[in-house]
Amino acid sequence: MGVVSRYRLRLARKRWLFRAYRKRLELRSAASRTKRIKPDDILVFSTLRNERVRLPFFLKYYRDLGVNHFLIVDNGSDDGSREYLADQPDVSLWTSTHSYKKSRFGADWLNWLQLRYGHQHWCLVVDPDEFFVYPFCDTRPIRALTDWLDASSIKSFPAMLLDMYPKGPLDAQPYREGQDPFEIAQYFDSGNYIFQRNSRFGNLWIQGGPRARTFFADAPENAPALNKIPLVKWHRDYAYVSSTHMLLPRGLNQVYDEWGGEKASGILLHAKFLDTFAAKAEEEMRRGQHYAASAEYKAYKAGLQAQPDLWCKWSERYINWRQLEILGLMSKGNWA
Amino acid sequence: MTVGFVMLCHTALDRAAQVAQHWAERGCPVVVHVDRRVPHGPFAKLQADLAHLKNIRFCGRHACEWGTWGIVAASQEGATVMLREFPEVRHVYLASGSCLPLRPVEELVAYLDERPKTDFIESVTTEDVGWTVGGLDFERFTLRFPFSWRKQRLLFDIYVWLQRQVRFRRRIPADVVPHLGSQWWCLTRRTLSAILEHPERGAIDGYFQKVWIPDESYFQTLVRQVSSSVESRSLTLSKFDFQGKPHIFYDDHLQLLRRSDCFVARKIWPEAGKLYAAFLSNDRTRQAAAEPNPGKIDRLFAKAVERRTKGRPGLYMQSRLPNENWENGRTAGPYSVFSGFSDVFENFEIWLSKASGTRVHGHLFSPDRVHYAGGEAVYNGAMSDSAALRDYNPKNFLTSLIWNTRGERQCFQFGPHDNQTLNWFMAMDSNAQISVISGAWAVPLFHSNRNFGEIRMEAARLQKIEQEYLNIIRSAFAKSRVRIWSLAEFVENPMEPLQTIIDEIGPRQGRRLTEAPRMADLVGFGQFLQNLRNQGMQPVLMGDFPVGDDPKPKSTRRGRPYLVK
Repeated sequence: MGVVSRYRLRLARKRWLFRAYRKRLELRSAASRTKRIKPDDILVFSTLRNERVRLPFFLKYYRDLGVNHFLIVDNGSDDGSREYLADQPDVSLWTSTHSYKKSRFGADWLNWLQLRYGHQHWCLVVDPDEFFVYPFCDTRPIRALTDWLDASSIKSFPAMLLDMYPKGPLDAQPYREGQDPFEIAQYFDSGNYIFQRNSRFGNLWIQGGPRARTFFADAPENAPALNKIPLVKWHRDYAYVSSTHMLLPRGLNQVYDEWGGEKASGILLHAKFLDTFAAKAEEEMRRGQHYAASAEYKAYKAGLQAQPDLWCKWSERYINWRQLEILGLMSKGNWA
Repeated sequence: MTVGFVMLCHTALDRAAQVAQHWAERGCPVVVHVDRRVPHGPFAKLQADLAHLKNIRFCGRHACEWGTWGIVAASQEGATVMLREFPEVRHVYLASGSCLPLRPVEELVAYLDERPKTDFIESVTTEDVGWTVGGLDFERFTLRFPFSWRKQRLLFDIYVWLQRQVRFRRRIPADVVPHLGSQWWCLTRRTLSAILEHPERGAIDGYFQKVWIPDESYFQTLVRQVSSSVESRSLTLSKFDFQGKPHIFYDDHLQLLRRSDCFVARKIWPEAGKLYAAFLSNDRTRQAAAEPNPGKIDRLFAKAVERRTKGRPGLYMQSRLPNENWENGRTAGPYSVFSGFSDVFENFEIWLSKASGTRVHGHLFSPDRVHYAGGEAVYNGAMSDSAALRDYNPKNFLTSLIWNTRGERQCFQFGPHDNQTLNWFMAMDSNAQISVISGAWAVPLFHSNRNFGEIRMEAARLQKIEQEYLNIIRSAFAKSRVRIWSLAEFVENPMEPLQTIIDEIGPRQGRRLTEAPRMADLVGFGQFLQNLRNQGMQPVLMGDFPVGDDPKPKSTRRGRPYLVK
């Protein structure tokens, strides 16, 4: 990596940060409780639209892990999400009616909030359908992890997106508010993932899973990226480049070992494929606000009409993080 | 007689207070040292919390930055206070604020009473330690270290390098034979006072103040001069990972710690409420007085370090993507690649799976789709049979397949029609067993009903591809187990090669092959090759098939291919 390309990345990072600074004007504070954030607090950042039915379980899940405060951007919900969130004692809420796409799918808004409130905090950036699983998450709170990362001088922690799906048609079992979505979407693909290095940013590009298998079998290069680095000890000079797939400075993307060892890593269980999915896909296609002109949703729609069952006889049923560890989807690294 | 604890604290003072109180209430004097960098507020609170206990003292405070003299100074200060204030103390135990007693104090006292003159301190000569951080073992006694390793790493490294270049060496005082060891010790009053009242203490301290990480060497070295009975181990259970930082214990280690029979463990996560509650409670069921036995914990942490440094062979995942040749095993287990066999034999796959008891796939790298065993559309690990997905990243395809089927050997067919991307990868993989009948691709061509011009073109193309493949697997760098027969060689005596391969795959070792697969009809094959030659193509990989000298049709059922005794 030469001096020139390093300087270019620096410029790119400054540009993203400036963009985030500019985009702050699109945010309106709806419920600010940021004064309650204490110096060591672990923060969750999220942006969402019309996720009312998912919110109770989402908040409960992360509260149980030991997250102290939620900073959420609501992008024009009209299903009561905003009102619900504004009532929560540990949520600070902003609203924006501006384009999700033009804020680079929420990344600019969250970059700004992280710059403003996340400095020197451990920040977890997740969507409302992503549930963070890390080694020992059944016996140790998330602070045990962040303390260990601090002690090991590790600044960022990877968690690959793992698509979960039910057996049978997606709409066979409706999701009830407050329910654990993985009672319905119990299954995942255990061993069909593809890993490539991104030489510019130094991160891994991961694809595969049920979406590549069913919707993108003929055009695998279009399959969605599954690599994520959601947990970072934030510094105001950092910036997410594209969703939570990669960050700058690029050293933060070096979450994998290249000399044969395993670094510690987690999983984001992705509860996307519930009965809510069809409606969501419909809406997102109409709005055209998603990545690559919503090509992903188009593919889903075509695929869902043809063959709505993601399940196959090799689908693995989710039990716990140890199972994911044994399957090689995540690793304890040297944390014991 | 009793044991006194010197506690060095810098964070989680409330936990330190809990432990100090636990010991003090059970008749063991405690001297608490608090890092000078701790602000006044928390320090005052700690003092107030412990004020009601008469056998707790606070000593003068030093700044204890890692790797510096401050920690030794703090230990000296604490030990001095202990010996002066509590004459009934015979053993002094150095502990930290994140230590936790695992066994009742009475057991420790009894244990020490049985060994009244023994000093428990890990003390090893520099030649014998393998755990030093930064590779500095003896040099930490002979170089100077004015820069912080943690905060000024670059300056630290440059300065060390510079000193090595000019061959700078500090003089080690006479009588000092450098020893290293865990900083957590338990020394007798006699030994400790001899160290603290050493006639040359000024000079020795002056020397050690500039040694790197003196807390791992000061007492460890001096104890060798003054003690008559050193037991070179620490009574504190403390494990270090590959970066030299201590492993931390959490609530889920409770059973493991219970069974370790160690007296004190560090370091405990301050929020591990269950551990503190369990080990500091009064109604502890007394265990049999056993020797400390941290074997299980050793294994747990040794495995963790191995996972971090070596990883699981053949696993490619989000936090392990080894560079080429650093894989520690390119694939997760042995597998077999067969080239040409399914052309020479009819139903070879079925026969092989029966004979070897393994999973036998068709052409996994076939251009139309992935031919999994049994023609499945999805395979183990939910792998797709899409050729596009496979060709998008063939290496991950193969490594995933082998990883997903750990414990069951995979066999597959491979030929010049297939995707050739992985030839080098498989050739360099010591898990691969590659068996080739060279030129066998000509047999289906021989049987095909195509125009001879087309056949000739196709034969030339396949021969070229296979030649390249053979060059690769024959390369001097290849690590796989490679066997190559020419077609002529093979049909001459097919059973012996088959037996060799099956034996090597071998889950049913010792059994002889009784049934040979049925060989394709080769009558007229020699003429076919001659026709190719006549058309200007030179078939070389099949070996020598003279025109007219067709292999005699052999019966498909044979007895033993060769006799053993």
